[in-house]
Amino acid sequence: MRHSAAGAPNFLSRELADCSIVNAGDGAHSHPTQALLDLFTMREKKGRIEGLNVAIIGDILHSRVARSNIWGLLKLGANVTISGPATLVPKEFEKIGVRVCRNLKDAVKDADVINLLRIQHERQRTEYFPGTGEYAKFYGINPDSMKYISPETLIMHPGPINRGVELDSAIADGPQSVILEQVTNGLAVRMAVLFLVAGALK
Amino acid sequence: MMMKKQNNWILSGARVIDPVNNIDEVRKVYIKDGIIVDEAAMQGVDAEELDLTGKVVAPGFIDVHVHLRQPGKVDAETVRTGTQAAAAGGFTTVVAMPNTSPVTDNAAQVQYIRELAERDGIVHVLPCGALSKGLAGEEMAPIGSLASVGVAALSDDGKCVQNHELMRHIVEYASNFDLPIMDHCENTALAAGGVMHEGYWSVLLGMKGQPSAAEELMISRNIMLARMTGCRIHMQHVSARESVALLRYARANGIPVTGEATPHHIALTDVEIKRFDTNYKMNPPLRSEDDRMAVIEGLQDGTLTIIATDHAPHTQTAKQVEFDYAPFGIIGLETAVPVTMTELVHKGYLTLPQLISKFTKGPAELLKRPIGSLSLGSAADVTVIDPDVEHTIDISTFYSKSRNTPFDGYQAKGRTAATFVDGVCVYSRLDEDR
Repeated sequence: MRHSAAGAPNFLSRELADCSIVNAGDGAHSHPTQALLDLFTMREKKGRIEGLNVAIIGDILHSRVARSNIWGLLKLGANVTISGPATLVPKEFEKIGVRVCRNLKDAVKDADVINLLRIQHERQRTEYFPGTGEYAKFYGINPDSMKYISPETLIMHPGPINRGVELDSAIADGPQSVILEQVTNGLAVRMAVLFLVAGALK
Repeated sequence: MMMKKQNNWILSGARVIDPVNNIDEVRKVYIKDGIIVDEAAMQGVDAEELDLTGKVVAPGFIDVHVHLRQPGKVDAETVRTGTQAAAAGGFTTVVAMPNTSPVTDNAAQVQYIRELAERDGIVHVLPCGALSKGLAGEEMAPIGSLASVGVAALSDDGKCVQNHELMRHIVEYASNFDLPIMDHCENTALAAGGVMHEGYWSVLLGMKGQPSAAEELMISRNIMLARMTGCRIHMQHVSARESVALLRYARANGIPVTGEATPHHIALTDVEIKRFDTNYKMNPPLRSEDDRMAVIEGLQDGTLTIIATDHAPHTQTAKQVEFDYAPFGIIGLETAVPVTMTELVHKGYLTLPQLISKFTKGPAELLKRPIGSLSLGSAADVTVIDPDVEHTIDISTFYSKSRNTPFDGYQAKGRTAATFVDGVCVYSRLDEDR
């Protein structure tokens, strides 16, 4: 079930007994299967989750992908840093053990994984930042940023990418990007989720 | 619901608490022809004597913040069901908010509500008129005309006049008619789209929050206007720590402002939202534990002089939706006494006389009406409290037409045992308790 309102799957699961509901993304609340496929991809490439430095960059405030990633990563022992415009990166996340970083370079320079979030400037009625040009300049990952990002760092993105805004094409299609593998893994992980909730092991 | 037409009574054996008259002692209360009288006046009168040993007798409770929904949303509440709920909750007077459909922003509409109250109401219903036409916050409502047909107060509740100059003029103009101004304090730009308190839980749950600053800004605005004009302004449902601090400062400096707290802001916090239960969605929203404690502190030190329910009925159909899409508001008339007895008195934050003052003296002073006391010669509006009875709140027993409350199943200590309006017993559970 994918829904625009946070908590809609929780609401439905209370109303429907004896029925499994898989949350496929609800508002800005949660996107558990995306987090599972992201974690799977990180573990596949890095061999572990525990101790990994993971930086999540962009619109954290409105991102269900960020929230589910944060829960999963913290639970499995990763170090999570979030960064982006202060209007979109709430400091409250510090209370659950996330590092909130106002400087992009500090956020990514020791990262084993950088997960970039889609910026939805055109859909937001409120002004959180001056425009996509300014966003790309200060928070986008481009060939210049790669100077202080380790060649071992994985570049991830849940898609679809705003090319040239949060992520430059040269990096999205470059050797450190695992974005297409995320898509492939997503299929397998979601098949596994459906397999399990369909009662295959009962 | 027991309805005894008899209106001569001798209430015996109870602890009588009347904050207006500084009474707190076991004594008898005499009611003759619906009026509080002394013992001498009862000579030869055929009256029923009630043994209320172990109970508390107080002046009838006043709720300055109630939505009766009639006209417009009679599927959620009517004057009859709303006043039945009030009686069952111990309230003998309710102030009916003007955000009905149509809005109570003209004399004819006020007359209509008074007729409904006369016909269907079992407790006193005082209509509240709008501050602005259509609650739109653009033009002043006909305040003089509203006053001439007997509105008890003015409010745009649910909305807040954003134009400070218009608010200034409303406050000044209303002072000619000595009408209390009650304001729902909310800066709409900051609160826009917010469905819960902005803080830790809104960030974790990914829901749009209303920052406390949205309330604090308008509380500040109203304090400045009250100081500038010398006119009274009452702040409805104060919910945030800084709001209480601002009011405390203002009152200490002689600025004529008052504030009310709701039982839900006293009892609950935003952590409840994690279940996405729309019975926890109201405006202003449930805030943090720190804010909850600040509201209680405000009640303790007299910054907040009133407890009001903001009784806001909604049908199950309206509330049984996604959290984002549900309307704001919960019912409160039938839970206010049990919840505040439990949370404030039995947890040691307020004495029983202090609590009763928030339901009687505080509201009566705001409304400047001769109600909320057991003074000789006043109407015999009386609330009888069973202070120590332990019970579980059960929404299936409610008289309200709506059931939107988070307090179903709440373990409470203390409740209303009987309610008298003009000497008529409009609610009683005294028989079943025997």
